[in-house]
Amino acid sequence: MRLVIGFVLSLLAGASLAADAQLPAYPEVRPGVALNFPADHGAHPDFRTEWWYITGLLDTADGKTLGFQVTFFRTRPQIDQRNPSAFVPKQILFAHAAISDVAVGHLLHDQRVAREGFGLAQASTADTDVVIDDWNLKRGADGNFRAHVAGKEFTLDLNFSPSQAIMLQGEGGYSRKGPLGSQASHYYSMPHLKVSGTVARGGKPAAVTGSAWLDREWSSSYLDPNAVGWDWVGLNLDDGSALMAFQIRKADGSALWAGGSFRSADGTTQRFAPEDVRFTTGRTWRSPRTNTDYPVERMLVVRLPTGEREFRLTPLFDDQELDSRGAGGPVYWEGAVRSPGGRGYLELTGYFKPLKL
Amino acid sequence: MRSERNSISTRCARWMIAGEWRAHPGRAIVAAIAIAIGVALGFAVHLINASALNEFARAVRTVNGDSDLQIHSVTPFGFDEALYPKLARLSGIAGASPAVELSAGTSEDDETRITLLGLDGLRAGFVTPNLIGRRVEIGAPESEDALDESSLFLSQAALDETRKNIGDTITLSAAGHEVAFTIVGTLPGVAEGQSIGAIDIAAAQWRFGQLGRLQRIDLKLAGGADAENIRANIIAVLPADAEIVSQESAARRSDSLSRAYRVNLDMLALMALLSGAFLVYSAQSLSVARRRSQFALLRVLGVQRRALLAQVLAEGAVVGGIGAGLGLVLGLALASAALSFLGGDLGGGYFEGTRPQLIFAPVAAAVFLVLGLLAALFGSLLPAREAARAQPAVVLKNEGDVIDPSAVPAVWTAPILLALGGGAALVPAVGDLPVFGYLSIALMLAGGVAAMPLLARLLLAPLQRFAFAAASIDLALKRLWGAPSQAAIALCGIVASTSLMVAMAVMIASFRISVDEWMVQVLPSDLYLHVEGDSSGGLDVELQKKLAAVPGIAMIDFRKNVPLRLSPDQPPIAVMARTVDFNDAAGGLPLIGQSLPVPEGAVPVWLSEPGQWLYGYRPGDFLELPIGRETAGETTRVFVAGIWRDYARQQGSIVIGNEDYTKASGDVLRTDAAVDLAPGARPRDVIDAMRAELPPLLAARLTVAEPQELRALAMQIFDRSFAVTYLLEAIAILVGLSGVAATFSAQTLARTKEFGMLRHVGVLRRQIVAMLAAEGALLGTIGVVAGLALGLAISQVLINVVNPQSFHWTMETRLPYGLFATVTIVLIAAAAGTALFAGRRALSGDAVRAVREDW
Repeated sequence: MRLVIGFVLSLLAGASLAADAQLPAYPEVRPGVALNFPADHGAHPDFRTEWWYITGLLDTADGKTLGFQVTFFRTRPQIDQRNPSAFVPKQILFAHAAISDVAVGHLLHDQRVAREGFGLAQASTADTDVVIDDWNLKRGADGNFRAHVAGKEFTLDLNFSPSQAIMLQGEGGYSRKGPLGSQASHYYSMPHLKVSGTVARGGKPAAVTGSAWLDREWSSSYLDPNAVGWDWVGLNLDDGSALMAFQIRKADGSALWAGGSFRSADGTTQRFAPEDVRFTTGRTWRSPRTNTDYPVERMLVVRLPTGEREFRLTPLFDDQELDSRGAGGPVYWEGAVRSPGGRGYLELTGYFKPLKL
Repeated sequence: MRSERNSISTRCARWMIAGEWRAHPGRAIVAAIAIAIGVALGFAVHLINASALNEFARAVRTVNGDSDLQIHSVTPFGFDEALYPKLARLSGIAGASPAVELSAGTSEDDETRITLLGLDGLRAGFVTPNLIGRRVEIGAPESEDALDESSLFLSQAALDETRKNIGDTITLSAAGHEVAFTIVGTLPGVAEGQSIGAIDIAAAQWRFGQLGRLQRIDLKLAGGADAENIRANIIAVLPADAEIVSQESAARRSDSLSRAYRVNLDMLALMALLSGAFLVYSAQSLSVARRRSQFALLRVLGVQRRALLAQVLAEGAVVGGIGAGLGLVLGLALASAALSFLGGDLGGGYFEGTRPQLIFAPVAAAVFLVLGLLAALFGSLLPAREAARAQPAVVLKNEGDVIDPSAVPAVWTAPILLALGGGAALVPAVGDLPVFGYLSIALMLAGGVAAMPLLARLLLAPLQRFAFAAASIDLALKRLWGAPSQAAIALCGIVASTSLMVAMAVMIASFRISVDEWMVQVLPSDLYLHVEGDSSGGLDVELQKKLAAVPGIAMIDFRKNVPLRLSPDQPPIAVMARTVDFNDAAGGLPLIGQSLPVPEGAVPVWLSEPGQWLYGYRPGDFLELPIGRETAGETTRVFVAGIWRDYARQQGSIVIGNEDYTKASGDVLRTDAAVDLAPGARPRDVIDAMRAELPPLLAARLTVAEPQELRALAMQIFDRSFAVTYLLEAIAILVGLSGVAATFSAQTLARTKEFGMLRHVGVLRRQIVAMLAAEGALLGTIGVVAGLALGLAISQVLINVVNPQSFHWTMETRLPYGLFATVTIVLIAAAAGTALFAGRRALSGDAVRAVREDW
């Protein structure tokens, strides 16, 4: 669950539209809607927001570890639906990519954003096929996802091959985000994606392998008005199990809502109720640029049928803050983390300033 | 020893200069003023144009948002938006930002117009970040919608001009639509003074009837991309109704707008400077003549020739330096005043909508300073050489000029110069400028002046045979016959100034009468309607019907003027849709020659004279007009049936029939109309009734004029743009008369002894005075006759070479006989008067003593 999209949404939040404007009717996310594949790999343009969110860790030939994220978003703004112009921003597509390299010591990142149309930016409803200019993410007939993103400082050409079944989050893909039943999303994950491909920096492509995590979510009503941000973590564990946990925070730092799930290698899945997830802070890191304190080292405690289990999350390095204000985006922390017996990504939002959605 | 002598001669020189100027300050002042006027005029023209061009370039840059390259539609209707993805996908293009660009009216009571841009903020943010708006929050922090279709961002200048604030609502009218917007923020990246508004591109397309159309696409090139290669790739996909615009071509376009006008003004300034040089010459000649004995004395005392030469030149340099310095200050003031009162084009109408700031140009200032100095030095050179050449012994004894009456003046120089001048007039323009035309005028002037000594003899020869009863006239004749080189100095001033004045007067009169007659031809109707500044909009069919039904209207012809960019380096040509009917003599166009029969099925157009010059099409040619509004990039093949005379649009115009235009472009909106009133209808009533039929915003932008008002206005503009030339005519007259005055003063001074002798042999004082007056009148007559002839010749160069080459239009020669008569009488009288005045002063001394001095 990722809120880079927050900024695009804030751009588009409904405002002084014409009195007779015909605004989009967003469908509500309801429980009991079965997901259909491959169609649900594709876009759901009626819903307000949606994302394809891939994070993971890569190993280079010379033994280095890199974190990366490749994320595509779709949002449906509050725009008068009667406008027949081909430029009308009925859908906005946004993509973000970053790599975490200890040797660099901070994130390298880039983004693309465009309104859908003219074949320059589009998201297929049949299967995963998202294009924004020269960036794209596509699911092939073989079931593998392929991503191409080219930033100023790096180019990623990665292939993601599923090694496990799709992991439906919440109740069969219906994931609650707040006290109201409508505050929810359709949500599935694909953990343990096998990665192969190249990371090019300074024009020199280097072959990489690794493991990644794909999050797919679409929703029309996400955040409770009292929420200021959230913490999210997804871990690919070495034994083949997968863990996802999140908490949505109030202004005082306490959890407004929480959730997640744990799937063991044999496929049995444990879904977490809000009280089953507890994040505590081990160490904070202060960003020298924004003076924001991020709890970069965390202790995550989840309740499993076998009892509580602790996951200590240690960042690959501290400075994985992403300041996208230059492109009109938010300031947040999105970083590769290690945990004993596993690795994955941690996302910390709303620490710099409360997020709005 | 040497240094001592130098210091003596320097001190001598200083005394003499100071003494001379103390005794005769008037001449030095007049000469300095003449230099100042030349320098001021040239410098002011340069400053005004540099400021205007700078402002224009800044405006172009601002609206373009500093993109690397721009694709622009050739008409206000835009091109098909399908071009956008094609360009965005080309390799080497890092970003493409599509835009709708409209000229929008902003309020009901004001004529303020802004450039309204419909942008995709997500694209523009990368390609043209200067055009991205900054929202100013006022109370409602939740309104954060940059894509909101009713949000408008205005530049500071636009806010100031519309007197609106952030948060206000404003109604914009463009392309025939009126839409209300909320001002939500500013455009901080837009340069000061630029009135620009930005809205979302989808809202712009929908609300202003631009669906499927774009006026431009701004491009950002990938770093290290091969610009030539990219250009070729773009041209391969570019439809006929779009063109590539770069900073350079935009600059060329704005430069070509005013170049001819500017160069012509520069030429006039140069003439003023030459006049200044001539004034210096005449003043210095006189002063040298007066001091001839002083110089001789100095030579006897051991002052070197070189020192005398240097002294006279130094005098000229001081006059030139003071004049040029004064000229720079004057020029700066003139430019500043002209910019604030007339605008950057001196009322020429080339840079509308820009309010330039005066920019000082140090290099140009230095150049004009040097030019002023050079003019003064050039004017002093001949007198200085004369002073230095003086034989001390002869001069000390004989104060008169040493001339041999039997010498025949040189015969060949003048015809050669005149022939060269005639030949230069036949050479075509260089870089669209009449360089050889001006050279021809200069050569003819020089030839005319060189011909004067001989011409004076030829013209006086018939008079020689008569024995005049009055001794004074006889004496005057003999004197002029015998001293043609002396007469020539006076004559060359009169001839040069008269001929220049006559040439300009003939040209302006011809132009003025041609324009006036042309106005009568093109304005045969009773009323003319125009919707201000909205070439992509105008009156729709329904409004046209309503207007046509207004009582008192016998006939109404709706028209449309659309700017069309036929060439990236030229300003847009005007496409004018109107009813063309050659059966109706009054409703037709003022054609040059005949309209060709139109081939079966061809669409006839009539190209204006400047259009023919600029684009090179001839009657009978076919050309492709990219005016299709609905069909992507499709052009209409049209047949050039004829050429018509158009003095109103220097950038050229194409007249096309109303129905043909609608068929070709799909555009049914009209911006203009010609109304014939029913008998007995009162214009005022009809105008009021028509206004009442229109929506308020449109009614506010509608101007209605009667032909006589338009003619009066046109003539007023005409006279204003020739104001500079009238000033130059005045200077020319001044130069001519001062030449006469200087010559006579110098000669009467030199002839004191002659007058004394005449008194001794019994000639009365008043007879000498009459003789001088007769000499002046004779000289004036010769000068005026020669000046008229030369002026007529030069006027033909102006009319048939300079005007067509720089402004691309021709005119019929019209002779202002009244002016000729006035000039003739005034100049002869003035010459006689000046001679008289100068002579009286010389005669005031004791004649007897004058003779006694001769020992």
